Amino acid sequence: MASELIEAAEPQSESIATRQAYGDALVALGETYPEVVALDADLAVSTQSMKFGKQFPERFFNVGAAEANMMSMSCGLAATGKVPYASTFAIFATSRSYDQVRLGIAHNGLKVRIGASHGGVSLGEDGASHQMIEDIALMRAMPRMQVVVPADYNQAYTAVIESYERFDGPMYMRFGRPKTPVVYDEIPETLGGGVDVLREGKDITLIATGHLVWRALEAAESLEHDDGVEAEVLNVSIVKPLHSETVLESLSKTGVGVTAEEHRVVGGLADAVRQLAAE
Amino acid sequence: MAHLKPVPDLQPEPSGKAGGKPSIAELERYATVLRIHCVRMLAVAKSGHLDSSLSAADIVAALYYRVLRHDSSNQTWPERDRFVLSKGHAAPIQYAALAEHGYFPADDLMGLRQIGSHLQGHPDMTRTPGIEVSTGSLGQGLSMSVGICLALRLDGLDETAQVFTLMSDGDCQEGESWEGAMSAAHYGVSNLTAIVDYNHLQTDGTTEEVMDIGDVRAKFEAFGWDAVEIDGHDMGAIVESLERSSTLDRPAAIVCQTKKGRGVSFMEDRFGFHGKPPSQEQAEQAMEELEATYERQTKALRGNG
Repeated sequence: MASELIEAAEPQSESIATRQAYGDALVALGETYPEVVALDADLAVSTQSMKFGKQFPERFFNVGAAEANMMSMSCGLAATGKVPYASTFAIFATSRSYDQVRLGIAHNGLKVRIGASHGGVSLGEDGASHQMIEDIALMRAMPRMQVVVPADYNQAYTAVIESYERFDGPMYMRFGRPKTPVVYDEIPETLGGGVDVLREGKDITLIATGHLVWRALEAAESLEHDDGVEAEVLNVSIVKPLHSETVLESLSKTGVGVTAEEHRVVGGLADAVRQLAAE
Repeated sequence: MAHLKPVPDLQPEPSGKAGGKPSIAELERYATVLRIHCVRMLAVAKSGHLDSSLSAADIVAALYYRVLRHDSSNQTWPERDRFVLSKGHAAPIQYAALAEHGYFPADDLMGLRQIGSHLQGHPDMTRTPGIEVSTGSLGQGLSMSVGICLALRLDGLDETAQVFTLMSDGDCQEGESWEGAMSAAHYGVSNLTAIVDYNHLQTDGTTEEVMDIGDVRAKFEAFGWDAVEIDGHDMGAIVESLERSSTLDRPAAIVCQTKKGRGVSFMEDRFGFHGKPPSQEQAEQAMEELEATYERQTKALRGNG
């Protein structure tokens, strides 16, 4: 049965940041589910959790610049029946508070959603101190942690709704800062198994996640136009656990794969796909 | 464990003096029972933190036998008080209290730290009945407790359910504890009580040598808490300050001046036992001393009865 919240949502057609979907879908969840609470560490305007905070001030906790505290508080809230959405930049959500996420959230298997915005290098001018390109590796390495990286606004909306309605256990969700083109015309009904074949081809598999999915589609266009190469494009929205069947089917069809992500090769989607292929 | 005598099978003394609650003298004897459990557990496990457990025994006895509203037969009771052991390495003392209250069989205590046992070296909510949140990485317990308090507030239970967090010297050295202290005051969580087991000894030496945490009471007060300092082995003072903390309109800190290894003469206030299990001879001596204490406390109770 399709989610009423997903059916009711407005799809976007112009370029828009995935973090906007986080804020919008969080409000929709808040209206329907009283146990949803949100936290932020003084970046609520940037992460878009402020939308939830304005609507539900009694269920919103801005902890200031104290990310470790936010993660442990989320543990306490979840252990007492709430479903916390802990929001901050990817850099602070992972490396700064790794120990708190590891013991309080992941080890306990608690239903806490880490809403990490500004993932990757595309947060731009803040520079290397803020450009987080290890977060997927860190979160993949953590037992029990699911890792979700939606491709555009429309899919990000679905991801947030399903993070509450469909998935249990801890989850890391990565959103981006810049406006990016949409690749889904509608709000997808579901993330499904987390790997969508967006374009079929027989010569090469482009396996992309997040902001690089629309780039991969562009690359496939020019490969066909310029070189006559038919590229298959996979969008990986659930990086962990990675749905092996779709990826392996495509790889065995084309015989060659290229991964694209805003992340280091070590520990990211590239490693996840390599592990799969090696097995 | 053949060399270890059994834990005294405690028949609670008829009381009534404290309105059906155990008296101070009874609580003191319960603390001795918990200490005996800890010595037995550590002697069998051959690893763990005995001295850190002993310093907290009086506080934990006051909580589990008198102050906490809890029920092992209804562990998910929403209105229950919560206890969070931020100093997770003192798990044996909490395990002893949980076993004595029927959360699991007392025989389980002998599995401490063994493969296959649900009693990990540090408290684990996914394994052990009665554990509210997993702890063991210092500094996290106070923040977790603030989260619990906020959830209780959203459920309209913050007037009924109290949250007690037991912290160590090491907890006070972790920066996150002060993030937690800051947020507790900011959100005005009046059902939170932080108890600091200030025993002045840590793994590498005294806190004064390693990293001086100074006037902990004043620090909590500066963060906007109600903060008192007591002798953490004075049962009357412990009970009084715990019961008072629930009546306040802001978070309360009780800084307990304690002695590591309390109750065992050769460990008391001595450096060098942190994280070290007792040898067989040490365990036997400790048991003898604690049993003598138990007998003395029992006689005194009968005398008063």
